[in-house]
Amino acid sequence: MGSATSDTPASAPTARGRKPLTDAAETGLKIVVVGGFGVGKTTLVRSVSEIRPLNTEEVMTQAGVGVDETDEVAGKTTTTVAFDFGRISLNDRMVLYLFGAPGQERFWFLWDRLFSGTLGAVVLVDTRRMDDSWYAIDRLEHHGTPFVVAVNRFDDDSARHSLDEIRQALALPEHVPLIDCDARVRTSGKHVLVTLVDHLYQLALAQESTP
Amino acid sequence: MTRRPVDTGAPDRLYTVTGGRSRADDSFDLVTLVVAECQPSAGMQSEHVRILELCRHPTAVVEIAAELALPITVIRILLGDLLAVGRITARHPRLAQSAATHPDTALLQEVLHGLRNL
Repeated sequence: MGSATSDTPASAPTARGRKPLTDAAETGLKIVVVGGFGVGKTTLVRSVSEIRPLNTEEVMTQAGVGVDETDEVAGKTTTTVAFDFGRISLNDRMVLYLFGAPGQERFWFLWDRLFSGTLGAVVLVDTRRMDDSWYAIDRLEHHGTPFVVAVNRFDDDSARHSLDEIRQALALPEHVPLIDCDARVRTSGKHVLVTLVDHLYQLALAQESTP
Repeated sequence: MTRRPVDTGAPDRLYTVTGGRSRADDSFDLVTLVVAECQPSAGMQSEHVRILELCRHPTAVVEIAAELALPITVIRILLGDLLAVGRITARHPRLAQSAATHPDTALLQEVLHGLRNL
């Protein structure tokens, strides 16, 4: 029968070199990295993560609006969405998870379901495919999720646009931080995260000072 | 990525793992940290055994899903089983699952400090 895996003995979980958290770890936090296909989301996650990025998936069992990957299971329409994540232990108690999420319109339901309660988001932009960024920015604004925009300058961009030009092209308001980065470089990835959290801090500060 | 047999895509396998249930315990966030409160015992479902082994140290729901190569929903169902009988405890994230509540400055300062020390 097809359920043999339910009865097989479990293998040792440490065999694959897992790096466990400290026993004091108590607070998980989330930051989402969104952007179009191939823009370097996983590269950014990898550059700052303390573990090799892992991949997991969610099976969605709701009516697929604009979803192209469906099959019929037990009378329900399901779709499977995969996403990558990495991890940063901030201190003994706090651990930050970074999720790389596809930014395309057909994945809107993944965001709604999985990424509620995030600190904020990084929109990773490839200037040659700026179209992919608009939808992500629109959704984040709609959600009220604070975000920064990072332009991944991962190769010699022949028609190198200035940040001002990019801000204009994306119709990005002045208060949203916009920076250059190289997703492959750890210090650059770290700078992107610091920029986001600093932005969140300024927002929280402003909110706390207005009763 | 290598996939274990249970994840080869056949939905009936997932059906078997969860005993046919499809409604998950929504209290488990992706980053809820799960801690085992006991050793696996004889006769337990193998997925429950693996979760208890993984969670000897705090482990996030999303990491459990990746390690077991099972969808998040299935993991939530399995964790709900273990929680109901006191075999695990859950450390839920402090942030409410709503975009309307923003984190406080003290928390963000700790995050900033942690990031700058990387």
